[in-house]
Amino acid sequence: MKDSSEIRTEILISEILRWGVRASLALILVGSVLFFVQSGDWAGADAKAKLAPLISGGGSFPLSLGWLASGVLSLDGMAVTVLGLALLIATPVLRVAAAVVSFALARDLAFTLISAAVLVFVVASFFLGAVG
Amino acid sequence: MTPLLFTLCAALASVFAGFVGSLVGIGGGVIVVPVLTLALGVDIRHAIAASIVAVVATSSAAASTYVRERMANLRLGMFLELSTTLGAMTGALVAGYLSPKFLYILFGCLASWTAWHMAKKAKDVAEALPPDALADKLLLHSSFFDKAQNREVAYRVTRSKLGLGVGAIAGVLSGLLGIGGGAVKVPVMHLAMGVPIKAATATSNFMIGITAATGAAVYFARGDLLPFVAAPVAVGIIAGSKLGSKLLGRTESRLIRGLFVAVLGVMALQLLYKGVTL
Repeated sequence: MKDSSEIRTEILISEILRWGVRASLALILVGSVLFFVQSGDWAGADAKAKLAPLISGGGSFPLSLGWLASGVLSLDGMAVTVLGLALLIATPVLRVAAAVVSFALARDLAFTLISAAVLVFVVASFFLGAVG
Repeated sequence: MTPLLFTLCAALASVFAGFVGSLVGIGGGVIVVPVLTLALGVDIRHAIAASIVAVVATSSAAASTYVRERMANLRLGMFLELSTTLGAMTGALVAGYLSPKFLYILFGCLASWTAWHMAKKAKDVAEALPPDALADKLLLHSSFFDKAQNREVAYRVTRSKLGLGVGAIAGVLSGLLGIGGGAVKVPVMHLAMGVPIKAATATSNFMIGITAATGAAVYFARGDLLPFVAAPVAVGIIAGSKLGSKLLGRTESRLIRGLFVAVLGVMALQLLYKGVTL
């Protein structure tokens, strides 16, 4: 049986998900539109040559936080898109963090520990990816 | 193909993948990767990276509907995530060292297995379920309101340790191939652990977001996530899965299931062919 605190948890988690998805969706959409506006010629013959580097990358995709921050501030389409994607990836992490807090508030020790361990694994994977 | 046409094609294919994926209870990644590689010329590693982000999107967009309808078992989901996130982290890290040829063949096998599994009719649990002390202790049992039957359905969870083992495997597949792993989790929760199919689908979907975020974080930090590829895929999949999750509570989707099997079967063969001839 579910008690009221558990139902409150579910509603809180649901709200985090909804707003996380909405905000990241908006950023990705705006970023994509800005990208096409800023890249100028996107329907002519030259445009065809531009596609290959965009979909093959080859380690050229800038990863630094500095690039992201300055790009977003100058409304660079690609940077805004990357911010949206990062927020999208972070949304489930916020969901787990919210679960840790609400299990702790409900004094459910086992599930506070379980969800805290899951949170550690998710955050650790970001740092391991940057190294590996 | 111009960049604009690529974006439109990728977005359209993703709307379809999100819609169908959400209806049959999988993340949609298993459809998006073949389309990106076979039809749009994206390298399989970048396709997997875009797909894993799209899987996060599908789960987050759909789970907000499921959780509201209280079909997902959050305690069970979080418990299984203990092993699934570790698996996803491992899979995503290992993927960085594998050759594309191997990834094509592995993905082809996965798509074949998924198509074959979906082609079989879902069996109902007839056997008596063994007691599970761990599930009792962690209060994993739950109930949900079934709209189709118009009543509250209560169920008891069993074989929680088997669930942890399968969760780890599902996690590795997710991180390695950019899929949600629902095709592995849903049948195990339903057939072995005693969870009704709708609750199993919703719980799997809740878990998939966390699992996929773990894998996506690795791809993102490593630089394999190309924003130009991932953007239309993420947006398209959210739109498609929104439609799909609105229908899940009501429909019995036999036709969609059949269509899904046919399309996936063809794509599986193409992936295997590409892997072998690469």
